[in-house]
Amino acid sequence: MRMELIQPFINAADAVFAESLQSPTKILDLSMDENTYRRKGVAALIAIKGDIEGRVILDLSPEVAMKVASHLAGEAVPSSDQVVRETVCELANMVIGNSVTLLNDQGFRFKVFPPEIHMNEEGLSGSADTEAMVIAIETPCGQAYLNISMHYLHRRRNERDSAAMSVD
Amino acid sequence: MQQFAALLRKDNQPVRYLVVDDSVFARKNIIKMIEMFGGEVAGEAGDGLTAIAEFNRTKPDIVLMDITMPQMEGIEAVERIVRQHPDARIVMVSSVGYQENILAALQKGAKHFVQKPVKPEVLYEILRYVLSDDPNAAGAPVAFAGEHRA
Repeated sequence: MRMELIQPFINAADAVFAESLQSPTKILDLSMDENTYRRKGVAALIAIKGDIEGRVILDLSPEVAMKVASHLAGEAVPSSDQVVRETVCELANMVIGNSVTLLNDQGFRFKVFPPEIHMNEEGLSGSADTEAMVIAIETPCGQAYLNISMHYLHRRRNERDSAAMSVD
Repeated sequence: MQQFAALLRKDNQPVRYLVVDDSVFARKNIIKMIEMFGGEVAGEAGDGLTAIAEFNRTKPDIVLMDITMPQMEGIEAVERIVRQHPDARIVMVSSVGYQENILAALQKGAKHFVQKPVKPEVLYEILRYVLSDDPNAAGAPVAFAGEHRA
């Protein structure tokens, strides 16, 4: 897995949590995972397809999500699955939005799919040939986990570049 | 907490905002900042279609509009609002800050763009800038937030 594809997501997650919670965050741990991903809490999975392909999972416990929700709202928010789901989705959208902006401005073209929320007991499978990087982030509201599996799709990029050259 | 000088209209009334975002927490976060700037929430919407209806109903001074939303996306809503109200002042607020996204929004009539997570000081400066060419609103701050109602 290429670090230059992973780094924008780590930087974005760090910045989104620090900025949203108005407090510094810390990257606690980085590890590689080749197995089916077992959620630690509520997970938002976002798929990316194009010049680069893969998926990013943001995973928070419901308790951490509720604390983030209250912080974002500026007041205590009554706990519910709906609030947890919406908070994890909004955080995932911010992390992905910030990271793909950087990758897009570097010239990569791809489609980002809306977040899928996973709250049930099933594991989240990755593709058979890709490993994932798991990053634990310490935030003032508790720990958050980012699981990233991303790779270049050279063929599509080459096809696009040759098509552009033939148009020129 | 940071303090900001209130952004007021020329008639010394609070600037009225329409906040459009499909996430209720994103809206609450923006509303918290609007209140820090001495503003008033004229309305809220969770999608582009509702935003158009709320704009017509509330006639806000400024719209803060998300891009990716269900039913109708923010850029299309901007186009429709500006077509009917060429003086509408709309600031896009989105996680996705691609150049092409920003350009599309500006071409449809948005006045500015701010990326999420929104920093209060960044939003404040953008609002000052956008209000500065509004004949009905005072771009220059005149009092600290909260003081103008005293």
